[in-house]
Amino acid sequence: MSQAFTGTLALTWVAISRDRIQLPVWILAVAAFMVAVVSIWNGDLSQEELVSVAQFYGVQPAVRMFGLASGATLGAYIMSRGFVVFAVLVAVMSILFVVRHTRQDEDTGRAELIGSASVGRHANLASAFIVVVGANVLLAVLIGLILTFKGLPVASSFAAGAAFAGIGIFFAGLAGLAAQLAGTSRGATGLALAGLGLAFVVAGIGNILGRVDEAGVRVVSAWPAWLSPVGWGQQMRAFEEDHWSLLGLFAFSFLVLAAGAVFLETRRDTGKGLLPERRGPSAASPGLLSPVGLVWRLQRGVFLSWAVGVGLFGIVVGAVSADLEAMLDELEGFDEIFERIGGTDVIVDAAFVTFMGILALVITIYAVQGLLRMRAEESDGPAESVMATAVSRRQWVTSYILNIALGTAALFLIVGLTVGVTAGIVMGDVAAWAADLVVAGLVHIPAAWVVAGAVVLAFGLFPRRTALLAWMVFVIAAVTGPFIGAMLDLPEWIQNISPFIHVPAVPGESVTAAPIVGLLGMAVLLTGAGLLAFRRRDIDVTSV
Amino acid sequence: MPTAISIFGLVKNFGSTRALDAFDMTVWDNEVHGFLGPNGAGKSTTIRVLLGLLRRDAGEIDLLGGDPWRDAVALHRRLAYVPDDVKLWPTLTGGEVIDLMGKLRGGLDPARRAEMLDRFKLDPTKKCGTYSKGNRQKVAIVAAFASDVELFLLDEPTSGLDPLMVMAFRETVTEARREGRTVVLSSHIFADVEALCDRITIIRQGKTVQAGTLDELRHLTRTLIEVETERTVDDLEKLPGVHAVEREGLQTSFQVDSDEIDRVLRHLVQFGVKSLHSAPPSLEELFMRHYGDEVSEQKKPEEA
Ligand SMILES: Nc1ncnc2c1ncn2[C@@H]1O[C@H](COP(=O)(O)OP(=O)(O)OP(=O)(O)O)[C@@H](O)[C@H]1O
Ligand SMILES: [Mg+2]
Repeated sequence: MSQAFTGTLALTWVAISRDRIQLPVWILAVAAFMVAVVSIWNGDLSQEELVSVAQFYGVQPAVRMFGLASGATLGAYIMSRGFVVFAVLVAVMSILFVVRHTRQDEDTGRAELIGSASVGRHANLASAFIVVVGANVLLAVLIGLILTFKGLPVASSFAAGAAFAGIGIFFAGLAGLAAQLAGTSRGATGLALAGLGLAFVVAGIGNILGRVDEAGVRVVSAWPAWLSPVGWGQQMRAFEEDHWSLLGLFAFSFLVLAAGAVFLETRRDTGKGLLPERRGPSAASPGLLSPVGLVWRLQRGVFLSWAVGVGLFGIVVGAVSADLEAMLDELEGFDEIFERIGGTDVIVDAAFVTFMGILALVITIYAVQGLLRMRAEESDGPAESVMATAVSRRQWVTSYILNIALGTAALFLIVGLTVGVTAGIVMGDVAAWAADLVVAGLVHIPAAWVVAGAVVLAFGLFPRRTALLAWMVFVIAAVTGPFIGAMLDLPEWIQNISPFIHVPAVPGESVTAAPIVGLLGMAVLLTGAGLLAFRRRDIDVTSV
Repeated sequence: MPTAISIFGLVKNFGSTRALDAFDMTVWDNEVHGFLGPNGAGKSTTIRVLLGLLRRDAGEIDLLGGDPWRDAVALHRRLAYVPDDVKLWPTLTGGEVIDLMGKLRGGLDPARRAEMLDRFKLDPTKKCGTYSKGNRQKVAIVAAFASDVELFLLDEPTSGLDPLMVMAFRETVTEARREGRTVVLSSHIFADVEALCDRITIIRQGKTVQAGTLDELRHLTRTLIEVETERTVDDLEKLPGVHAVEREGLQTSFQVDSDEIDRVLRHLVQFGVKSLHSAPPSLEELFMRHYGDEVSEQKKPEEA
């Protein structure tokens, strides 16, 4: 057993030195962001103001999606407001790191050492885990120091840092597992990011279904929050109760995930493989025999699992809407706050806008991931063989773009339908709800296409950086977008960067043509530019 | 004679590395053309430029009467490519890939497909993810030769094949030539090139170092001769083109430039030849001369 880990230490140093720029940049950027955020949310808030902002998170069910109210203190306020954003950043950092050092660079990373030293089967994975855990601990300390310097209680500041590190480490473990399950780095990243999205939504649902105390400043989450690592981090309640013991939960789950990854790696290496050897047809069906048919064949499994996933999700969200309605009755004491946002009906609408907005980000992951397949096929796949046939480059790229654009649109339709029909069933009037929510889903399509267009442009211009740029575009679009950007009080011009900010808030608002046409135009422009760039450049096979 | 491919002054840079440096090559119609050179010499790069996958920085290329970059799609209907590292879709079967590639190229002869599958003993029902390197290569070869095209660009197609499959491959190439097709065969395997190629081009560090028929190239090298005579051979060293003479009693061995063999043999018979063994230069020796590192390159002038 221990032999399987031989060389871990040496590979750890290799991993650190190879990542000597990217990882420190991530850590410093997150820390700098924390500095910026705590200096925006100044400590001059009066006790009354603190109560009112805490109530903002405590009373409105839709807002609870993004933060857990834990009392009327400055620290608790920073945690309610910033927690999800930092949790996501730390998790993304950890996921990308682990995938980079297992799937993506696995072979080359090993090759460097295999000549000189013997390297155990799990050494690479173990070294990635060691470095990522170290990075998270470092980040926890930095965040603790930053919050302490802000004048917040020391122990709580470090508890906050630890909560983020716990989440980062959990998702490092998940990414390690995903790297073994998925055959490619693209697949592994997508799988782990989907896990993150799910964790975020599950924690949010737990908070939404929770109960608020009489003062309206503290939410006791419902059980779903405890199913999600993002939820665990919130339940540590830094600056209120500092539940350090929850770190045990993070540590335990990380160990389980890491052990799972090691187990799968063993199976993979002994040649059994994770996919059983199957046979198939000896000749191609006519549907396969075109670029479009080929891409559909390659993508259909991924698409169908996403369709089932978002469909189930839509059903859950639709069903929860009944609880939202019920909650409104309980919350009679808070008329004043409801009035500020415009009446009871709007609360249900606002919740749906929020859900749809989140699902739009999740579905955009599908588009990004699907388009990244182009790069994978090019650098380490048969793309060059295809482009050596009578298939033009334009045809090749367009077949991907069509497939992904339509697939993305279909996912939005599925989400709108499932949420709408279920909400209609629980609240009555299926036709009206379905119609409303289908529109609410479909209005996001142009925004998702803009992100997709940016991915095509990155692919055309910078083939070797496509994946990095694509996920960067996605993270920027998400972070500056309508929920996170507004929550962080980002300046309006920064929020305007995100295509999602321009999506009409349906239901509630009515659909206007201008933003939709604008976004579609942008998407076409980006895609067209990417296509032109791709037609002019070399096909880049990196494994040469 | 009409040319299938003519390349003149081809330059291709990757950043600061110059992969092709004023490279020239001519491939006649209906010949099997060997393309040889050490690792990193630029063979795959040349083939990729010919396929319009890479954009050249300078030089003129005529490929089947067209320009490989501008007329890519039209040209690709008339040629088939086997890449050096065959990568396939893990979830598709070999049979599906063969049909797909054939169709995308513009059509496939079903009878020919069946014949090739049989010849290469390939199971078309297996998923590509489970094929070995050699079997993936066979998929690409079958897909290429089941198409009715004029030109085959093959980049080290036999590097993963077992000896039986190499024979099947040779048979296939010979057949293609008989049918009037043209083949460019990049290879490190001398035996394949010696068995198949009409002409060869040797590339080194992106430049053409030698081109011609195998015989022409052989003339540029030396033949090893071992001879046993009744009397000691005298004055051998004085003859032009004779090198590395070694005597052991009545046994003499030496090397001779191929175009001086006749004169040397006339000289030898004066001493009563009892047995004679001559080894023509193998392609491998030819290679060594042209591939040879800088040291042997510098040795040349002083030998002359
Ligand atoms: N995409 C690329 N980016 C940078 N350099 C490249 C790229 N492709 C090839 N090269 C470089 O160009 C040179 C020629 O490479 P090429 O693959 O054409 O050689 P080759 O003759 O096919 O070698 P081998 O016999 O090993 O297949 C090498 O120095 C290689 O490193
Ligand atoms: Mg090569």
